[in-house]
Amino acid sequence: MILVLFAIVVWVLGWWLNSRLASGPYADTRLVRFLAPFIFGVTIIVIWELLVRGLEVSLVILPAPSVIAVRFANSLPILWEDFVQTIIKGAFSGYIIGCFAAFLMAIAVDRWDFLRLGLLPVGNFVAALPIVGTAPILVMWFGFDWHSKAAVVVVMVFFPMLVNTVAGLREATAMQRDLMETYAATYWQSFLKLRLPAAMPFIFNGLKISTTLALIGAIVAEFFGSPTLGMGFRISTSVGQLSLDMVWAEIVVAALAGTAFYGLVAMIEKAVTFWHPSQRG
Amino acid sequence: MMSDGFKAIWAVLTVLAVIVVLWYAACIPMNIKGVLTEQERAGAEVQPTSAKDRRDMSEFGLVLNNSFAIPATWEQDRPRLPAPHQVAIEIWETTVQKKITSKRSLIYHGWVTLSATMLGFVIGTGLGILLAVGIVHSRVMDLSVMPWAIVSQTIPIIALAPMIIVVLYSVGIQGIIPKAVISAYLSFFPVVVGMVKGLRSPDAMQLDLLRTYSASRSQGFWKLRLPASMPYLFTSLKIGIAASLVGAIVGELPTGAVAGLGARLLAGSYYGQTVQIWSALFAAAILAACLVGLLGLVERTVLKRMGMAQ
Amino acid sequence: MTNNSRQQTCIFEAAHLDLTFQTNDGPIHALKDVNLTVDKGEFVSFIGPSGCGKTTFLRCIAALETPTGGTLTVNGMTPDEARRNRAYGYVFQAAGLYPWRTIAKNIKLPLEIMGYSTAEQDERVRSVLELVDLEGFGGKFPWQLSGGMQQRASIARALAFDADILLMDEPFGALDEIVRDHLNEQLLALWARTEKTIGFVTHSIPEAVYLSTKIVVMSPRPGRITDVIDSPLPKERPLDIRDTPEFIEVAHRVREGLRAGHADDE
Ligand SMILES: Nc1ncnc2c1ncn2[C@@H]1O[C@H](COP(=O)(O)OP(=O)(O)OP(=O)(O)O)[C@@H](O)[C@H]1O
Ligand SMILES: [Mg+2]
Repeated sequence: MILVLFAIVVWVLGWWLNSRLASGPYADTRLVRFLAPFIFGVTIIVIWELLVRGLEVSLVILPAPSVIAVRFANSLPILWEDFVQTIIKGAFSGYIIGCFAAFLMAIAVDRWDFLRLGLLPVGNFVAALPIVGTAPILVMWFGFDWHSKAAVVVVMVFFPMLVNTVAGLREATAMQRDLMETYAATYWQSFLKLRLPAAMPFIFNGLKISTTLALIGAIVAEFFGSPTLGMGFRISTSVGQLSLDMVWAEIVVAALAGTAFYGLVAMIEKAVTFWHPSQRG
Repeated sequence: MMSDGFKAIWAVLTVLAVIVVLWYAACIPMNIKGVLTEQERAGAEVQPTSAKDRRDMSEFGLVLNNSFAIPATWEQDRPRLPAPHQVAIEIWETTVQKKITSKRSLIYHGWVTLSATMLGFVIGTGLGILLAVGIVHSRVMDLSVMPWAIVSQTIPIIALAPMIIVVLYSVGIQGIIPKAVISAYLSFFPVVVGMVKGLRSPDAMQLDLLRTYSASRSQGFWKLRLPASMPYLFTSLKIGIAASLVGAIVGELPTGAVAGLGARLLAGSYYGQTVQIWSALFAAAILAACLVGLLGLVERTVLKRMGMAQ
Repeated sequence: MTNNSRQQTCIFEAAHLDLTFQTNDGPIHALKDVNLTVDKGEFVSFIGPSGCGKTTFLRCIAALETPTGGTLTVNGMTPDEARRNRAYGYVFQAAGLYPWRTIAKNIKLPLEIMGYSTAEQDERVRSVLELVDLEGFGGKFPWQLSGGMQQRASIARALAFDADILLMDEPFGALDEIVRDHLNEQLLALWARTEKTIGFVTHSIPEAVYLSTKIVVMSPRPGRITDVIDSPLPKERPLDIRDTPEFIEVAHRVREGLRAGHADDE
C-alpha cells in the first residue's frame, strides 16, 4: 500500500515539476521542450513500477519495467537476431523496393494523363485498404522467410508513396512551369530542374508515412507464418507462453527501431528540403 | 465539365479492366503446376511426364507445353491464385446465399469485425478529441504529452495487439472488448495529432480579432477553434477508421478466434483455402472503402453546412 | 520607309487576334480584334485597367497561350517556333524563383537548360547580378531576400541569356519609387545597348511614357486596344525628362486614352 501511495506522490511531484517548467520563464527553450516530455515519461515508468509492485500485479498481466529491462539486457543476442530478420531483411528491403517502384510508377503516371486519371483513383482507394490482409497470401507465395515479409511491405508502402509522389510532381506552380516553357526546356530538363525538387517535400512525406507502415507490415506478416525467429514470431510465441517480459522487450525494440528509422528519414528530409517553409522554422 | 468526367470514368474502367486481364493472365503460370498434377492424376497426358522434371521446369515452359490445361488454371479448387470470378462467386455465395447467422456467412464475419471496429473507433476518437482539447488549453499537457503522441505515430504499436488480447483473456475479458481496445488505441493517436493541429489552425490575426471583441476562452473555442479544426478532424478520422479496422482484424489473429474477417484470413491460410482468403480480403477492402466513403460523405455535408466546403 | 524594309524590321505582328477563355461560368473574351505591329528594337508598353488582357497578350506572344482567332507572327515565325528558338526572356508578375536554388543558381537555370559552358555561366551570372545591383547576394536563397530583391533577381534571370525579345509583366510593381527609377534607367541603358525588343506591362503612366517608344492603351471587357501612341521623346532620356512639356503631353494622351476606355465601359 505504501508503494501505491508513493506512486501517487510521484505523479503529483512530476506534474508539479512540469507545471513549474511550463509556466516558468524558460518554457519555450529547447531544454524545457526536451525536459518536460522526459520527466513525464520517467514519471509514468516509475509509477508503473511502483503500482505493479505495490498491487502485486501478476507477471502474466503486466511485468514491471525493471523486469522488462532485465529481460532486455539478458536477451540481447535474440533481440538482435529478431531485429535483423524483421527490420533489416523484411522491412528495410521491402521499403526500398516498394518506394522505388512507386517512384518510377509515379513518373509514368505523371507523364501520361490517362494513367493519372485511371490509376490515381484506384491508388487512392487502395491506400486506404487494410493491406496487411494480403500477408497470408504473400506468405503462401514467397515462403515463410523474410522474402514474404518484404513482399507485404512492398505492397503496403507502394500506394501511399505513389499517391504522394504524384501529388508532389504536380506541385510546381503554373508560373514555374511557364518559365520552363519560355526556355523551351525538354521534358526531362523540366523534370529534373523543376518538378522533382518541387516534389521533394511530398516524396518525403510519403517516405515518412512508409517507415511506420513497413514495420507494421513486416511484424504483422510474421503472425501468419515465419521461421523460428523474427519480432512478430517472438511476440506471438512469447504471448502464447505468457512470458510478457519478452513481448515488452520486443516492443521496446520495435519502438526504438521505429523512431530511429523515422528520425533518419526526417533528417535526410531536413537536408534535402531545407528550402521549404515547413523546414525553415 | 461533362466530357472530363467521362474521360476520368473511362480511364478508371480501362485501368480496372487491365488489372482484371492481368489477373487472369497471372493465374496461368501461378497455377499451372498444381493443375498439371491434378490432370495427371485424372489420367491426362502431361508434358513432361515426371513430376520431378516438371518441378524443375519454368512455369512458362509448362504453359507452352500444356496449353490444353490453361482453362483449368481458372477453375482449380485450391489455386495459388484464384481467378477473379472464383472470388466473386465465393463472395456471392457467402453473402447473398447464406443466412447471415450462418458461421460461413461473410456478412456475419464482417459484422463481428465491424462492430469491434466501430466500438473501438468511437472510444478512440472520443478520447483523442478530449486529449487534444486538453493539450491545446494546457501548456503542461502540451509540453509533456504531445511529443509522445507524435512519437507514437512512428512506432508500430499494433505489435501490442496479441498481448492485449491474451492479457484481457486471462482476466476473463473476451469477445468484442479486447479487439475494440486495440481499435481504440490505434485510432486514438492519429486523432490527437490531427485535432491538435486543427485546433491550432486559426492564425494569429483571427485570434487577435476575437481578442478585440474580448471574447472568453470558451467562446474562442466554440466559435473559432472548433469550426476551424473540422477539416483536420475529418482527415484524421479517415486515417483513424482505417487503422481501427486493421486493429480489429489483427486482434482476431492470435487467439485463434472463430469469427471475424481476421479469423477467416487465418483459417484460410491454415487450410490453404485461398479462395476464402481472397474473399475475406475483398470483404475487408469493401468494408474499409464503405467506412472511409461514409466519413467522406459526412465530411462533405458537415463542411457544407458550416460553409467551409470549397 | 518602304513597305519592304518595314517587313524586315517588323518583329511581331498581330492581326485580328482573338482569345476567349472557356470557363465554368461561360466564356471570357480576354482579347478581341487586337491589331498591332512592333518593329525590331522598339520598347512597347502595355497599359490599361486590371483584367484588360495585358498579361494574356504577352502570354500569347510567348506561346504560353493559344489565340482562338486571328494571326500572330514573331520574327516571321509562329510564336511557338520562336519559343523553341529561345527568343524570349520572360519576367513574370511575381518573382517565381526556385526556393531550393541560390540566387546565382536561379540565374543559371536557363543557362543550364540552353547548354552554356560552366565558365560562361559564371561570367554571365556575375555581370547580370551587377546589372541589377545584387552583387554579393549570389549565394543567398530567395527567401532570405526582400520582395524587391527577388524581383530584381528574376529580371537578372531573364537577362542572363541573349533573348531577342524581353517580355516583362509588371516587373517593378513591387518596388519602391527610388529603386524603380534606378531600374528604369538601367533598363533603358540595357535596351539602348543591346537592341532588344521589349514588351513591358505596367500600371504606371509615367513609367510607360518614360520607357517606351510605343505605348499601347488597352481597355477591358472585351480586352482590346483603344490607342497606340508613338512617343516623340528622344532615345536619350535622363530622369528629368519627366518634367518636360513633351513628356507631360504624352502622359496626358495616355490618360485620355485610359479614360475613354473606362467611359465606354460604363
Ligand atoms: N487561364 C485563364 N482562364 C480563364 N480566364 C482567364 C485566364 N487568364 C486570364 N483570364 C481572364 O482574362 C482576362 C484578362 O486577364 P489578364 O490576366 O490578361 O489581365 P491583366 O490585364 O494582366 O490584369 P492585371 O493588370 O490585373 O494583371 C481577365 O478577365 C481574366 O479573368
Ligand atoms: Mg496581369
